[in-house]
Amino acid sequence: MEKIKEITKKPLFLPIICMILVLLINLIRSRSFFAISINNGVLYGRLIDILNRGSEIAILAVGQTLVVAVSAGTDISVGSVMSLSACSCCMLLAGYGNNSVTTLAVPMVVGMLFGVLMGGACGAFNGALVAKLKIQPMVATLILFTAARAIGLLLCNNQITYIRYDKYKYLGNFIPGCPIPTPVFVAGVVILVVALLLKKTALGLYIQSVGINSRAARISGINSDVICFACYLICGVCAGIAGIVASSRIYSADSNNIGLNFELDAILAVALGGNSLGGGKFNLAGSIIGAYTIQAITTTLLAMGVTTDTAPVYKAIIVVIIVVVQAPAFKAYLAARKAQSAHVKEAA
Amino acid sequence: MDENLLITMRDISKSFPGVKALNHAQFTLRKGEIHALMGENGAGKSTLIKVLTGVYSLDAGEIHVAGIDGPVVNHSTLEAQEKGIATVYQEVNLCPNLTVAENLFIGREPKTAIGTIDWRKMNKRAKDIMDGLDLHIDVTIALENYSLAIQQMIAIARAVDMDCKVLILDEPTSSLDDNEVEKLFKVMKDLKAKGVGIIFVTHFLEQVYAVCDTITVLRNGEFAGEYSVEEMPRVKLVAAMLGKDFDDLASIKKEGEAAVSDEVVVEAKGLSHKGKIKPFDFVIRKGEVVGVTGLLGSGRSEMVRCIYGADKAQTGTLKMNGKDLNIKEPLDAIKAGMGYLPDDRKADGCIGDLSVRENIILALQARNGMFKKIPVSKQNELADKFIEMLQIKTASRETPINQLSGGNQQKVILARWLCTHPDFLILDEPTRGIDIGTKTEFQKLALKFAEEEGMSIIFISSEIEEMLRTCTRMYVMRDGAQVGEISGEMTQESVMAAIAGGGE
Repeated sequence: MEKIKEITKKPLFLPIICMILVLLINLIRSRSFFAISINNGVLYGRLIDILNRGSEIAILAVGQTLVVAVSAGTDISVGSVMSLSACSCCMLLAGYGNNSVTTLAVPMVVGMLFGVLMGGACGAFNGALVAKLKIQPMVATLILFTAARAIGLLLCNNQITYIRYDKYKYLGNFIPGCPIPTPVFVAGVVILVVALLLKKTALGLYIQSVGINSRAARISGINSDVICFACYLICGVCAGIAGIVASSRIYSADSNNIGLNFELDAILAVALGGNSLGGGKFNLAGSIIGAYTIQAITTTLLAMGVTTDTAPVYKAIIVVIIVVVQAPAFKAYLAARKAQSAHVKEAA
Repeated sequence: MDENLLITMRDISKSFPGVKALNHAQFTLRKGEIHALMGENGAGKSTLIKVLTGVYSLDAGEIHVAGIDGPVVNHSTLEAQEKGIATVYQEVNLCPNLTVAENLFIGREPKTAIGTIDWRKMNKRAKDIMDGLDLHIDVTIALENYSLAIQQMIAIARAVDMDCKVLILDEPTSSLDDNEVEKLFKVMKDLKAKGVGIIFVTHFLEQVYAVCDTITVLRNGEFAGEYSVEEMPRVKLVAAMLGKDFDDLASIKKEGEAAVSDEVVVEAKGLSHKGKIKPFDFVIRKGEVVGVTGLLGSGRSEMVRCIYGADKAQTGTLKMNGKDLNIKEPLDAIKAGMGYLPDDRKADGCIGDLSVRENIILALQARNGMFKKIPVSKQNELADKFIEMLQIKTASRETPINQLSGGNQQKVILARWLCTHPDFLILDEPTRGIDIGTKTEFQKLALKFAEEEGMSIIFISSEIEEMLRTCTRMYVMRDGAQVGEISGEMTQESVMAAIAGGGE
């Protein structure tokens, strides 16, 4: 009993339970959900789909986790920034004004790096507003939330730019000969790099210190502004990478649709991961599990025949349940009830 | 239940993860009694209060309240209030952006016939209440415009106006000056005459002897005894709190000027920060303990913050070990070999949710730089070393610092700076709000580091006696400016005269 209690106190307990719960529902409903097959040399199946489609959310969740921890606020521009990053990349690859190309104007790597760089620039802009000018994160990032998507559209000359070049599709789909979808690797690399950064340097300690008490952190020799700026920068870079992956999936820059509403999924992933949106202590692994849980919910709903337009309704219900279960107030309520019933038993 | 009893608490136990905060504690409050609750930091005073007022649930034991049959369990402060138990905490918990009147009547505003708030009546009554306390202030402006002391009085006025049977004052005087303390005492005595029972938590012995009738002493969460004030001389009280013969404060003696060398460690000329502190000079030698004295708000803290770079100096020059320093950020000061224990422990010191270990290594890590992470084994070693050396009472090194008592939090912050082996350490009010035993420890430590390690230390305290014991020299501050320096034979009187400005 003691052991079980200890396990339930672990920070990753609830996120993992949520994930298992979603999978369990699928198990009861239909076994075919877990079927994995190989068609045309690549893996197929719902689970693979979750891992594949959840990559962008996972990448965004990594950056968002740091932003939430350091500033007790959220970066709501990430979805828009994804779109801008995709447009910048495609614009450079196709050359301004061309809406469909089969040969590239510049090497592919240059275009992709440029896209990521644009994401970084957006992150730096947000970071400067929040860290230096002390503007509330929600308001500061609202600027790019509104503007970034439109700037992308301008870069692409108001049209969808297609890159009909096979290698451009690799990043968002499959590399020939490899059965695993490439986005899974991209997400893996991003997670690994940030996890190593947190493990091998004192960045994690710095972020938590600034998030909990930035005044005390500064007195103790941490440059609170720089750390805050850095988190927004990393978040922007993550959004840039996610944008390139999303663009490669559809080998085009569809400014109006890439990353649409992704900021909400990213924030939700952080919350589902058991992280407080009030900043301070954070758990990266929780956010990542949260990100894939969200994708699992979406995939489950689509598998059940719910249309994409009505899926958000069901998603909202599930999310409400998960968030309520994790809320400290709810836990306290349960504990109080338990104590009360124990008291009644004792009296009897 | 006896007619006279207001509250009886029997065999109260309460545990937190790894710590037994209360162990069969007892407490009894009678009508018309001012009852001091005393004990060292971590003795369980605050926990006992919080159990009584419903902030914490109790693990075992019974609470009886006059007029209510059977044991009482409060689940929230609101429930406690309904039973006539009102509390005023050390930290003012009012709304700074609301007016004084709104704060006084929040949740029970006088209503007009149609159910809206009767502002005129409310402001009028608020004015009457404050006049009754001899505080003639404008009740229609926001609370944040008033000093902490006045806010504290307003919090008390609010509690008193709610017709409480029991009033709990949890260290209400730590931010009040003598005059205000007198006013508070008058209010307390008036209430006592009306039959209200008052629980008074304080660290100041003088105040206990000035107003209290009875003293309950807690030690390590256990009931150490209940005494009447008349039959309890101070020495015995302190001994009861510490559980041993009191190590006389007077035994601390400074080593004299002989220990101080001529080697200048820090030299400041004309440092200032606009609106906070006017230009000042400052010199400290190796192994010297220097005081900065003055009334609260005279610029003591502002002066050291300016040296350390917590507030960037806008004019003047600063030299350390002969080299010019240009401090833009506290980090620059740390790298030069400074350490600064801030006076506001909560806002500037503790990183609340982080563990004792992380709080200890923070400044050292910052000095080493982000990319040179201190290995976990080394972190553990450092944390254990200082927990042992400073006798920090904590369940483990991984316990979050906000679960520690005030004095132990202060020790953790001190450990944070000792980790960095500073040449020059600023201790701004290191002993505020902590118990006598720990106060003495801090004074001894300051002297020890100065003597054995040749550390140069600034020691700031509101208690002049403390500084007389530790410092060889003092800078005197008044109204945000440095007005003088005293050294040699210093007495309480001479320092007070210098602070007051009669001696110029």
